[in-house]
Amino acid sequence: MSSFLDRILGREKSSAQQAKERLKLVIIHDRIDINPGTVDILKDELIDVISRHVEIDPAEVRIEMTQDGRQQRLIADIPLNPAGRRRSRQHA
Amino acid sequence: MIDQVITITSGKGGVGKTTATANIATALAVDGKKVVCIDADIGLRNLDVVLGLENRIVYDLVDVVEGRCRLRQAMIRDKRIPTLYLIPAAQTRDKTAVSPSDMVRLIDELRTDSDYILIDSPAGIERGFRNAIAPADIVVVITNPEISAVRDADRIIGLIEAEEKGPARLVLNRIKPDMVKREDMLSPDDVVELLAIELIGIIPEDEKVILSTNRGIPIVLDGKSKSGQAFRNIASRLSGNEVPFISLEDSNGFFGRISRLMRSGGN
Repeated sequence: MSSFLDRILGREKSSAQQAKERLKLVIIHDRIDINPGTVDILKDELIDVISRHVEIDPAEVRIEMTQDGRQQRLIADIPLNPAGRRRSRQHA
Repeated sequence: MIDQVITITSGKGGVGKTTATANIATALAVDGKKVVCIDADIGLRNLDVVLGLENRIVYDLVDVVEGRCRLRQAMIRDKRIPTLYLIPAAQTRDKTAVSPSDMVRLIDELRTDSDYILIDSPAGIERGFRNAIAPADIVVVITNPEISAVRDADRIIGLIEAEEKGPARLVLNRIKPDMVKREDMLSPDDVVELLAIELIGIIPEDEKVILSTNRGIPIVLDGKSKSGQAFRNIASRLSGNEVPFISLEDSNGFFGRISRLMRSGGN
């Protein structure tokens, strides 16, 4: 009953919602045959490559797998720091 | 064109492949179609007991493949429904006794003389599954709303696509409307969104299925059972009819969602 109250008050997701979110991730990784740990490595390498050309804040980078029907996508959201800030940092 | 050879598979075991095969086959046969169902689960046969035909087995699938009998001799005719036939699996052999090309050859022989051929696939992704899908015109994936069954269904859907037997169709088994309503069970919408294939049936949880299996009388023969009605609807949809999804409870909310699902089902 307390979990029901928690849910009503928005403190806890329903078990079905949790199952759906967990399944979503598991299914995406199963489909492209990549382990969740490998995605982290991919993320680090991607940050490394992009940083060689433009300045980015690694903490702001979001890389995720999404499902579009039976297709999977790798979505990378990488905010780029403004050129001015970059130059001033380089001069400092 | 109506798909004549229908394979029912699931990935995970125990989600209702054999029950679904027996009931869809029976519903099609009651409708006057000549239906042959084949148990492709060699070594773990069960379609015979679910159909109540276990005492009439003389020859089996492997006997046909290895030439010990003619195809006709291995076809057991159901006395209650004269247009329903079963070719049982061998019980003392394993899946390697039959190859996918054996299955294609055997089913080709049946095509000319029957309206529908239903193949009950074994669980798993190995040889038995490949045997079962090799001759299929359409593959039906059955799952229940549990996380492990849905995950395995997704794997099998991918393999069906890779074998160029897709897109598979989905049957959702053992739905408990009250649990779905409390958000303690994945809803049909959730599962369809995750698996992204066309839904052709929702079977509500029904204790009567156990009774019918105990007796060897498929639940579709019980005119009052909701799960029986759900199986009859699947048979009708597979025959090319548009059938609205039945209400699993009286609440408009759930029914509304189910009918929306049906409209957006095709992909």
